[in-house]
Amino acid sequence: MAITGVGLFGFIIAHLLGNLLVFAGPAALNEYAKKLHDLGPLLWVARLGLLGMVGLHIWSAIKLTAANKQAREVPYKSDVLPVDGHRRDDIAVKFAARTMIFSGLIIVAFAFYHLAHYTWKVPQINGIHDDFETYYVQADMVTSANFTEGEQGKNPVDVYRMVVTGFKVPWVTGFYVISVALLCIHLSHGLSAMLQTLGIKNKNTEKWVDKGAVIFATLLFLGYISIPLSIIFEFVKLK
Amino acid sequence: MASLTKKENSPYWFCCFTAPDGTRTKRSTKQTDKDKALLVCREYEKAASDAKKLVLTENQAKKVISDIKEKVLPRVEVVQKNIVERPPYTSPLLNSKIPTGPIEEKWNKHKFDLKLVNPANKRKYEVIVVGSGLAGASAAASLAELGYNVNCFCYQDSPRRAHSIAAQGGINAAKNYQNDGDSVYRLFYDTVKGGDYRSREANVYRLAQVSVNIIDQCAAQGVPFAREYGGLLANRSFGGAQVSRTFYARGQTGQQLLLGAYSALSRQIGLGKVKMHTRTELLDVVLVDGQAKGIVVRNMVTGEISRHSAHAVVLATGGYGNVFYLSTNAMGCNVTATHRAYKRGAAFANPCYTQIHPTCIPVSGDHQSKLTLMSESLRNDGRVWVPKSPSISEKIRNGELQPSNVPEAERDYYLERKYPSFGNLVPRDVASRNSKEVCDEGRGVVSSGLGVYLDFSDSINRMGEAAVRERYGNLFDMYEKITGSNAYQNPMTIYPAVHYTMGGLWVDYNLMSNVPGLFAIGEANFSDHGANRLGASALMQGLADGYFVLPYTIGEYLAESGWGDCPDIESSEFLDAEKAVRNRINKLLSIKGKRTPTSFHRELGKIMWENCGMSRNESGLKSAISKLSELREEFWGNLNVPGEKESLNQSLELAGRVSDFLEFGQLMCRDALQREESCGGHFREEHSTPEGEAKRDDENFAFVGAWEHKGDGNEPVLHKEALEYEEVKMTQRSYK
Amino acid sequence: MGKLLNLKLRVWRQDNAEDSGRFEEYDAKGVDTDMSFLEMLDVVNEDLLEDGKEPIAFDSDCREGICGTCSMVINGTPHGGQKGTTACQLHMRQFSDGMTITIEPWRASAFPVQRDLVVNRSAFDRIQQSGGFISVRSGSVPDANATPVAKEDADLAMDAAQCIGCGACVAACKNASAMLFVAAKLSHLSLVPQGQPERERRALAMVQKMDEEGFGSCTVTGSCEAVCPKEISLDFIARMNREYGMALIRKGTV
Repeated sequence: MAITGVGLFGFIIAHLLGNLLVFAGPAALNEYAKKLHDLGPLLWVARLGLLGMVGLHIWSAIKLTAANKQAREVPYKSDVLPVDGHRRDDIAVKFAARTMIFSGLIIVAFAFYHLAHYTWKVPQINGIHDDFETYYVQADMVTSANFTEGEQGKNPVDVYRMVVTGFKVPWVTGFYVISVALLCIHLSHGLSAMLQTLGIKNKNTEKWVDKGAVIFATLLFLGYISIPLSIIFEFVKLK
Repeated sequence: MASLTKKENSPYWFCCFTAPDGTRTKRSTKQTDKDKALLVCREYEKAASDAKKLVLTENQAKKVISDIKEKVLPRVEVVQKNIVERPPYTSPLLNSKIPTGPIEEKWNKHKFDLKLVNPANKRKYEVIVVGSGLAGASAAASLAELGYNVNCFCYQDSPRRAHSIAAQGGINAAKNYQNDGDSVYRLFYDTVKGGDYRSREANVYRLAQVSVNIIDQCAAQGVPFAREYGGLLANRSFGGAQVSRTFYARGQTGQQLLLGAYSALSRQIGLGKVKMHTRTELLDVVLVDGQAKGIVVRNMVTGEISRHSAHAVVLATGGYGNVFYLSTNAMGCNVTATHRAYKRGAAFANPCYTQIHPTCIPVSGDHQSKLTLMSESLRNDGRVWVPKSPSISEKIRNGELQPSNVPEAERDYYLERKYPSFGNLVPRDVASRNSKEVCDEGRGVVSSGLGVYLDFSDSINRMGEAAVRERYGNLFDMYEKITGSNAYQNPMTIYPAVHYTMGGLWVDYNLMSNVPGLFAIGEANFSDHGANRLGASALMQGLADGYFVLPYTIGEYLAESGWGDCPDIESSEFLDAEKAVRNRINKLLSIKGKRTPTSFHRELGKIMWENCGMSRNESGLKSAISKLSELREEFWGNLNVPGEKESLNQSLELAGRVSDFLEFGQLMCRDALQREESCGGHFREEHSTPEGEAKRDDENFAFVGAWEHKGDGNEPVLHKEALEYEEVKMTQRSYK
Repeated sequence: MGKLLNLKLRVWRQDNAEDSGRFEEYDAKGVDTDMSFLEMLDVVNEDLLEDGKEPIAFDSDCREGICGTCSMVINGTPHGGQKGTTACQLHMRQFSDGMTITIEPWRASAFPVQRDLVVNRSAFDRIQQSGGFISVRSGSVPDANATPVAKEDADLAMDAAQCIGCGACVAACKNASAMLFVAAKLSHLSLVPQGQPERERRALAMVQKMDEEGFGSCTVTGSCEAVCPKEISLDFIARMNREYGMALIRKGTV
């Protein structure tokens, strides 16, 4: 879990940094998108790697959960609240730790939607009558010599326009924000657990690691939601 | 032919003669005049040869003994007094097999003389070890390492839970790592003296010798002993010892040593050399042709009764402190194994020697199930006191007065007053008796009236609360958990409680009882502590027996008896024993009376504590013996044990244990009655100095008193093993 | 004498391993606040006996918090929730008058219930037997001071070695994981120099045995540490993970 977690965590940071280019204007974002696409086979290696990691992460999560259920075939029968007001499972367990499997599953669902929306460009998945397949970089956006105007059916895609159009839809943004929130809750425990598992977190560093994980997760959250919110509130819009 | 020798450090002549068993024996004549000594010595030899010729019954043995007195009397006027008051000669039942030679050489010589079992033949032997505490686990592991096949039994759900785990303070060893003048001899000397001259010199010397190996062994097992910054082992002084020879692992030394022994045992279980039977209780010992060859046990989960045979049986079943109901022993500690062995013919030695620990948390009410010990180290900085007048104590007991409001002039720091040189650090037995005394005067302070103060306010004023917290923080926390009182603000209350029992099955130098093939080790035997055990010596003895003594000495018996087939568990001896066990269980279940096992246990404990506890007297002991008969009768007529025998039935387990305690309690009282002196943990009110201090009687009672069972309904018979002090001169302890 | 409480108990009763079990309710009247929790149960049991009923079977032995025998989940928390305290050291002054107290046995597949509150924890013994030792024979050892141990290491080893093997960590863990128990033993033995030669063997054997026994895995929720009566730190689990990882690599299993 931890090893695949590290990989996925890396992707999440890279993905955010890339996407924040939206604030640098359409040209920067599209250029970045093109560079990614131009990697060709390498991109596919990265994609497959990422897919593999997601798969492994989920597979080990499911296996772990099943084995852990097996480890207590007869559950506790009492449903009383202990004196300190927690359920017995949560003597020290925080919300995040308890809900890893649920937050994880919702994130997977979101990831599919997100991929369908922007990568597979499934028409009308966002509910607006506009097909992302038709979004190509326009001439006025070309900034550098090797960046040519797009053609119908060919790259480069106008990612900027896609993003802005997509997040104009309130419920898409809503789902996105909720999912990202869950992702960050997932991460706040995942990060500290990962560091614990690897032994970087210990009694001396505990406070810092736990705080750090929460701060980091919050920063990620803010970073990610800044994009759709800026679009919804029209800080970022189509030119 | 008898001869006389003289030793450097003894004023007496020693007589060398051939003992009834054919060994050359040396014994003090207690005479400084050579001629008189020679006369006594000749009588020794004559008695021995007489004893040898006769096939001795016990009455004949008595006759031999009294004959000597009569013969010597008319002949030597001057010697007469000494002879009359000398302890009677050792009963032929009790051949201690102490090796000859200088004390330093005895063990080494003996190890060489012991027969060995060929390594290839060891795997043909089966050994049963009952108990998995320090002694049992270390013995089972060591025997398995040697190649014997071991079956180990314990009543707990895991061998790691035996009550050795609760020992706090530490373990003594004559390492002299502190360069403060410790030596094997000094540890030996301190132990003999601490035991109030009622232990066997040769055994104690061996204990001191192997103590050194124990620490090496445990360190190699990974026991995290306290260390100094240089990485070497730390020591502390314990229980008033003049040298720092106690090794420790925080306040959990017993736990760490037991886990070390448990790990060695676990390794052998993993290797298949030890078969472990947990939650299994011994209910009888099986003798075949007069030799111990097996046991009958009950599986405490399923109730199944099974028979197990072996070439030898080792009992490591601990002490019998729970005869008092309230003690610092674990709830499950019981006397059943050793008592059953006693009823099968093993002599039970010195049952009256019990150690009462002065610093336990007082009883809080009738519900009390056990008592908790607070480390003795608290007496280093705490001051023991009670109010001078009973009326103030009464006000405190009623909650009308707080101890902190008792003016200094109204406080009686009785230990400091009576023992100015040792003060609060007097030995356990002295501290305990004094607590009882002041409480008997109505000056006790807790609601029951049975408690005294252990006050840290002076120490807190002197060195600050932080320093006190650093030293005793965990103890203060434990105290608060149990009593709900903060000992930094209010003085602690303490009261003595039964803690350890020095008595146990009689064993010879090889740790074998008088029943061939039946060995007893650790607290279950009587051998090393005499009438009083020194702090941090119990762990030492358990491990010494298990790691370094029994594995050698058991070889002698096994080599002699051969590895022929183990007796068949279908043989009549085994079947009869099982039948007896089943009958007993059926009887317990069928009484269907009114009273619970616990209520009998509690009543037994009360009788024992009042009459055979910290101080004893003739009338009390006699009344206890008759009260116990009545109680036993009621037990077998009015006991209530519900449930079935084929299931986990804790009431049934307890009932069985209590029934044995009821019988055993009487034996203790008998022994206490017989011992007309005060020594160590045994205090007879009739035998005290005018100031109320213990008065030992070396002339008449320097012997081990071992009891032989003569069948239910008959009085047991006392056998005596004379104690010879060749190395250490007997002196009266004084702590004034 | 302390205050007196009247309590209602809901206690898990189960005749044997096969029985499905049920809660039964008992009144505990006039409970002295100076009693320990187990003494309160003793009193209830005496009353049951006097009514001709079978008493509640529960494990306890030393009753001073060191043997690790007592094992019950009190109001949802193993050992009852007082920090660093076993059930036997928990006293009734922690409870208030009129309370209902629910008592259940440890629940884990590796700890099957034998009767009422009594469970079988022999899985812990088997883990220990698989490698929880330093292989030395009695007598064949060097002088104790021949191998110095840094005080810090000895102290840390002692922190881990304090484990009493009660199983509360397993009982509290939502995954019934035994990681804290195994980690404590592994850490103790790998922190002292005497434990080095077998270090990797031990880590592999004990972890493998732990998995075989059917304990769950660690998802770092920290409940084990919270209920541990000896307050053994979660950090030892990280140490165990490293230990196990290194052993896998060095032994070439990965």
